[in-house]
Amino acid sequence: MMSFHEHVASCVRRCLPCLFALSIFTLAAANVSAQLAVRGETVYTMAGPMIRDGVVLVRDGKIERVGPASSVQIPASYRTINARVVTPGLIDAHSVIGLAGYLNQPHDQMQLERSTSIQPELRAVDAYNGRERLIEWVRGFGVTTLHTGHGPGSLISGQTMIVKTITGEVEQALVVPAAMIAASVGDAGLATGGRAPGTYAKEIAMLRAELIKAQEYDRKQQSAKEDQRGARELRTEAFVRVLKGELPLLVTVQRAHNIISVLRLAKEFNLRVILDGAAEAYMVTDQIKAAGVPVIIHPTMTRAAGETENLSMETAATLRKAGIAIALQSGFEAYVPKTRVVLFEAALAASNGLSFDQALSSITIDAARLLGINNRVGSLEAGKDADLALYDGDPFEYTTHCTGTIINGRVVSEETH
Amino acid sequence: MKSILVQAFALFLLLCATFSQSPGQERARAFTGATVIPINGPVIQDGVLIIRRGKITAVGARASVQIPADAEVIDASGKVIMPGLVDTHSHIGGGSGGDNSAPIQPDVRILDSINVRDNSLKRARAGGITTVNVMPGSSHLLSGQTLYLKLRLGQTIDDFLIRDAEGRILGGMKMANGTNPLRAEATGPFPGTRAKSAALLREQLVKAQDYRDKISRAKGDQTKMPARDLALEALVEVLERRRAVHFHTHRHDDILTALRLAKEFGFRIILHHVTEGWKVANEIALARASASITVVDAPGGKLESVDVSFGNGMMLDRAGVLTGFNTDDYITDSRLFLRAAALSVRAGMSRERALFAMTQAGAQMLDLQDRVGTLEAGKDADFIILSGDPLSVYTHVLETFVEGVRVFDRANPNDRLYAVGGSGAGSGQMLHIDEIERSEEEAGQ
Repeated sequence: MMSFHEHVASCVRRCLPCLFALSIFTLAAANVSAQLAVRGETVYTMAGPMIRDGVVLVRDGKIERVGPASSVQIPASYRTINARVVTPGLIDAHSVIGLAGYLNQPHDQMQLERSTSIQPELRAVDAYNGRERLIEWVRGFGVTTLHTGHGPGSLISGQTMIVKTITGEVEQALVVPAAMIAASVGDAGLATGGRAPGTYAKEIAMLRAELIKAQEYDRKQQSAKEDQRGARELRTEAFVRVLKGELPLLVTVQRAHNIISVLRLAKEFNLRVILDGAAEAYMVTDQIKAAGVPVIIHPTMTRAAGETENLSMETAATLRKAGIAIALQSGFEAYVPKTRVVLFEAALAASNGLSFDQALSSITIDAARLLGINNRVGSLEAGKDADLALYDGDPFEYTTHCTGTIINGRVVSEETH
Repeated sequence: MKSILVQAFALFLLLCATFSQSPGQERARAFTGATVIPINGPVIQDGVLIIRRGKITAVGARASVQIPADAEVIDASGKVIMPGLVDTHSHIGGGSGGDNSAPIQPDVRILDSINVRDNSLKRARAGGITTVNVMPGSSHLLSGQTLYLKLRLGQTIDDFLIRDAEGRILGGMKMANGTNPLRAEATGPFPGTRAKSAALLREQLVKAQDYRDKISRAKGDQTKMPARDLALEALVEVLERRRAVHFHTHRHDDILTALRLAKEFGFRIILHHVTEGWKVANEIALARASASITVVDAPGGKLESVDVSFGNGMMLDRAGVLTGFNTDDYITDSRLFLRAAALSVRAGMSRERALFAMTQAGAQMLDLQDRVGTLEAGKDADFIILSGDPLSVYTHVLETFVEGVRVFDRANPNDRLYAVGGSGAGSGQMLHIDEIERSEEEAGQ
């Protein structure tokens, strides 16, 4: 009996010998962090104009040099990989994979704990399965960085983190162990079975109460006298980090009026808030812009129903035009497909008002800035992590293939997807 | 006063409905200069499509087609024209079939539950879909009768129906196996295992055979006829291959079970989703079953769809299986139906076969291949005008025509709202008025 992968590989190999010719020698090379030279007919560095016939030199997991082939000499000891198009490794600004598994059975759905509505102390690192198959799936399309963790579905569901899409244990993959606190306002924040919160107003009231409690807790803990400090409370500590701006509050919120409520809350407590989903954000762009709040927009292909019934495929373009910082995401899927692929979501945004560069930015450098990791990833510049995605054409075209993915200078995927 | 207005409005609706029943203009319309993809032949550069009275009258290169002197000529240069898309499996219209009382309900018709004013129909037109098989769900072994629709402009379900020469409303029968019809606590009438699922279906089909034989033995003698049974009556249509079975099935073993039942009872079968079809492609080809694939962006979400592959279409097509696609809307978005073909091409299917799968293959599955699915003289004037390559992400459906009537126009702000979304896209009732006005306008052309 062949395994699934062998079976697919054998079927595809039979039908697509040319596409697969490359992959035969590559698995052996996959775990070697060698010196690499990636030469692309077109290189989108996202740190300046695109380069025709460009070279990216990689040394010890970092980008050593980027420039046109005419000016960048490839040392003889470097392994050269050729591609039609080279981009920075893609960044999915919000996902739940690794916590939410592809089987969609209770044992692999760890993105939401329902015993109570407010649990900011839940850490994503304690639930991440780095061998989850969906990680490998999205990596096959060029995704190298994921902002993932606790999902929408309760008022405060827990923490998020940032990882590279490396298969293995979480420690190897980690970029930021605690990135944000995930909140939901609107229908997704409501509790069931008569428990609080049962209304939108109650959601905000409960959040205000928690934040006020955290202010008082912090005052006590800061007290000079040790005997006046209370016992440590993990939950309240997490809120203190939100109050201090160490952890932004990532608020999944769709309706315009609920977005306004979140902005009001952010102003009251001077919070760092990032809007997530934000289906009706285009109705309140002035207010979002004035508040200086960035938006991780719902997947472009999100189904228009319920709270998202008025979503628009042009929201990314509208917000970008209004001068609001945006990034795109794969989001959370409860059924089939179990995840979206952020490349395809950006592609559709590119066909609905975003320029090619803007769309690519929304899943590379803009996403990196929004997540605060642009010192490491998001563009091809000397000193940054050597995360690259290779394509055999316009990355956004459905019929283009991702021909390789490189993370920290290692070729992690060289099959054709 | 109010009631007079209501009556006037009702009369207006009636008039509109009457107009939309007799589609098409007396005067020919010629679309010129487009890249025409007729499906049944090679792509035509600088092509001409001529329609009249809801039918296609000519298709070809500009030099080879005579444009009637009185024809209205529409310049479509720089654009692409292809047949309207055929979606072989959708849930637009918000209908539902069988209830929780039994796992097998052949008497239930989705016809009796579709809301044609639902926004999902507008979105389907925006995606270039002109013919659609609307199905009840898959949480039953047999959830009811499906319905084939043309996405005409219309006010009631009757305006959308497709009928055969005898006036019979066309549709299929929805069956399902695998996990969806199973109930973990199988204390009621629903099955708890796969073998039980097959046994329950066989039991009903055997009853239908008996019913059919009794009718046959009665030779028209009313005193010997069995009492009329709506469920068995519908199943007799299945046995006699007058009603095709649309069989929801994912896993390779479930696919073979469906084929086994089709062989035993002789029904015509279209396999739906067929997620693991690529594993048993030769068996499907040998059984002469056809396959309607739902292309989704990632594996999983349910245990049976863990082995999703974009290569499914390519592998089934190469094995000789009649292969088409579906949206399974709301699982995938009707507006983005062309992605199914494009992602299959990404995985190795040829462009020609992928576009055939979106159109004529679907038409064949619905037994409508003589009316829709290609651009050729004599067929219904169901076609779409695209801004470019149908497989490109940057391409938009600009206009959709059903039987010569333009049912979607991206340049119209109301239509555009459904194509891209936006404020008000969630509540369609107001904008339905616009559609009524358009029906009148189109009918007057």
